[in-house]
Amino acid sequence: MQTVDLAAEDVRALNGRLHALPADTNQRAWRVINPRGAHAVAVGLTQELEVVVDGHVGYYCAGMNEAAHVEIRGHCGWGVGENMMSGMVRVAGNASQSAGASGHGGMLVIEGDAGHRCGISMKGIDIVVGGSIGAFSAFMAQAGNLVVCGDAGENLGDSLYEADIYVRGAVASLGADCVEKEMTAADREKVAALLARAGIAADAAAFRRYGSARTLYNFHVDHADSY
Amino acid sequence: MCGIVGLFLKNPVLRPDLGRHVSAMLAGMTDRGPDSAGIAVYHRPAGEGACKLTLHHADPAHDWNALAGAIAQAFGCEVDAEVRANHAVLVADAGEAALRDWLAAEAPDVRVMGYGQLMEVYKEMGLPADVLRRHGIPAMAGTHAIGHTRMATESIVTTEHSHPFTAAADMCLVHNGSLSNHNRLRAFLRRRGERFETDNDSEVAARYFAWRMREGASLEEAMEAGLRDLDGFYTFAMGTREGFAVLRDGIACKPAVLAETDDWVAMASEYRAIADLPGVEDATIWEPRPAVVYTWKLD
Repeated sequence: MQTVDLAAEDVRALNGRLHALPADTNQRAWRVINPRGAHAVAVGLTQELEVVVDGHVGYYCAGMNEAAHVEIRGHCGWGVGENMMSGMVRVAGNASQSAGASGHGGMLVIEGDAGHRCGISMKGIDIVVGGSIGAFSAFMAQAGNLVVCGDAGENLGDSLYEADIYVRGAVASLGADCVEKEMTAADREKVAALLARAGIAADAAAFRRYGSARTLYNFHVDHADSY
Repeated sequence: MCGIVGLFLKNPVLRPDLGRHVSAMLAGMTDRGPDSAGIAVYHRPAGEGACKLTLHHADPAHDWNALAGAIAQAFGCEVDAEVRANHAVLVADAGEAALRDWLAAEAPDVRVMGYGQLMEVYKEMGLPADVLRRHGIPAMAGTHAIGHTRMATESIVTTEHSHPFTAAADMCLVHNGSLSNHNRLRAFLRRRGERFETDNDSEVAARYFAWRMREGASLEEAMEAGLRDLDGFYTFAMGTREGFAVLRDGIACKPAVLAETDDWVAMASEYRAIADLPGVEDATIWEPRPAVVYTWKLD
């Protein structure tokens, strides 16, 4: 286990050390202490590392993550796991706005609540939130799954392209072109599998599904042959 | 981008250290606003019937004792002057409006930064740590304070364009964001008798809230009305005699974090500013919701 104390070393040094690890490194377990709200902690990781951050972090923690498993034992500022490609990012506390923004893949788990714009423009990431999410979540989402065990704020899924949204609690309002869809047996299986991977106990049958009505598309999918 | 902070001490034991704690918070927001910094500290109440003015003069060698003497002669009262860098705090046994009118007429190059019974306002160009040190903020005691570090976007960098903006006795506002309807709103308020000192958008918000409250609105009602009338991006922190209030616009793209323990309530643009407060490890920490008014008041 490598321990980095951010009271003694700055974030650039931490990230530099993580980026410089050779592919065959045996230094795969890392612990970061005293983050004290620092921005950009453990961003751009490209290897199968286990990074535990003990404390609260600022913006963009674990952004652009690829392959690594990053666990934040605290709260996060905005943009946690933004643009992540693969791997796993777990937040034990709450996350501010734009969690998982533009994420292409991997899984982001927020055990507490997420602020507004959670999963904005998500492109394939799976996001599981143990608590509730704020307004404008999954705005212009394109692919992936957003599973919310609590409630969703106003304008959920506004201008959604695709992506599946599953909410167990109340939805304050749906955004433009976002509609409730049938929760099929396949959806329940998918939600149960996502919850299991996220390590969050909830009954998949209690979720409702929301998705795109596809009326805002410039190119209508039924006319694909004529374009 | 700007940084804002607020600290409200519930536990009297901590109050001798208000300045130290809030200075650390404000210095922690230097990255968000290196152009200028300002702070309003609520402490040292002026006596019954007396008024406390925080004044500023561009010349650091300005003769404040002469000014205090002139006020004492004009108003026939005792005047205390305490000089802090290019600011001075004057306490006079006279009415606040009459004092401000006299200053405007007799000492037009003196700027009134704040007035009331409790509030003192210090603001200046430069790095927050330097501004705080020059004015002796870390040694101040008090109940609450709000502060601002500015990265200018809407108007030029000068002392008078720095936050906090004062618009009523013991009331001031700091703002992270930008307003898009401030010209129209400034004209609206001018027609109703409000006087402006700058072309800054945040000053418009301060005077808007003050105008609402003078018209009879409570603090909460004034801020609710602001949600309808102020167009733009904002996280506001407002200091009042009794405490402070926080409001974010409905889109909430300007950051804010709140933290509370049994001893204090803190507000900041980023958690970094709160990270050194005593007992923060046990604080309840959350993000204020868009378009919701949060207030804390002294018991």
